[in-house]
Amino acid sequence: MLRNSLYLVILAAFAVITFALVRNWQPAESLSPIAEHYATNGPAEVGAANLVTAVVVTYRGFDTLGEVTILFVTAAIIGFFLSLFHTESPEESSWLAPTSEICSTASKLLIPFMLVLGAYVFINGHLTPGGGFQGGAIIASAFVLMLLANPKSKLNHRIIALVESVSGVAFVFIGLLGIFLAGGFLDNRIINLGTFGMLISAGVIPLLYVFIGLKVGSELTNIIGHLQQTQKNR
Amino acid sequence: MIYLTITIVLGIIILIMAFIALYHRNLKVAILAAGVVSLFASIVYLLLDAPDVALTEAAIGSGLTTVIFFYVLNKIQRNDAEK
Repeated sequence: MLRNSLYLVILAAFAVITFALVRNWQPAESLSPIAEHYATNGPAEVGAANLVTAVVVTYRGFDTLGEVTILFVTAAIIGFFLSLFHTESPEESSWLAPTSEICSTASKLLIPFMLVLGAYVFINGHLTPGGGFQGGAIIASAFVLMLLANPKSKLNHRIIALVESVSGVAFVFIGLLGIFLAGGFLDNRIINLGTFGMLISAGVIPLLYVFIGLKVGSELTNIIGHLQQTQKNR
Repeated sequence: MIYLTITIVLGIIILIMAFIALYHRNLKVAILAAGVVSLFASIVYLLLDAPDVALTEAAIGSGLTTVIFFYVLNKIQRNDAEK
């Protein structure tokens, strides 16, 4: 009873705080100064047709580096704790029931298309919605489908780790090149901006997004792979 | 106007699904309901003109997270059965 009345008090306090916010709310008639700058000067400065990408990769590229690092640390911690329970012997994983015919047949057809779609999404990140994170997640979903359709298949963690670290190093290296060849860290004007709206344009954004996509895809695949390998019937 | 109606309907579905995800006894149903929340949230993002966020939500929120939850649920249940 006391607890419930406490909840009510907290809710009432929350309502009072939010009511003041809502009462003073007015719809924004114009963009904020920084958004105004991005919207007007973005296409000329960055050359990306997708303005979100211009902000995410170039104007706020440092934040993206932080996000990729957080994902990397998460994958590393999950991998560390799950590898404590790893089972390598094949008979322990042989309890896994075979999947249905529909799932295994559909996976053979769908996996190549999913991989191509993921690559398409991150290569075209500067033109169409999407980018490295989304493309990487789609690629990881393709590997999830592979593991679901064929539970006994094992991912090669060495190749995943190699792809992941090479693309991470390349991402930071291109960012550092920006300091010396262009305006600053992760500046995309290292190479010519090219024609607005073409596939090869917007400086190094396509290249950066390829590396981000590979890195995110391999990290998410790594998490799934570790989880799948530790599923066992004890 | 039609977008507004669709968004409101989707919002109601999201609330119902979130309630199921929190309070359903069967954890498998709860996980699926959480996945449906993400799926409809991604459609709402699309209607709100944020296709980048919608793509992320659809791929990570409703795709990968649901699978990860199922793997973890399976692992927890087997560890419980052992005890």
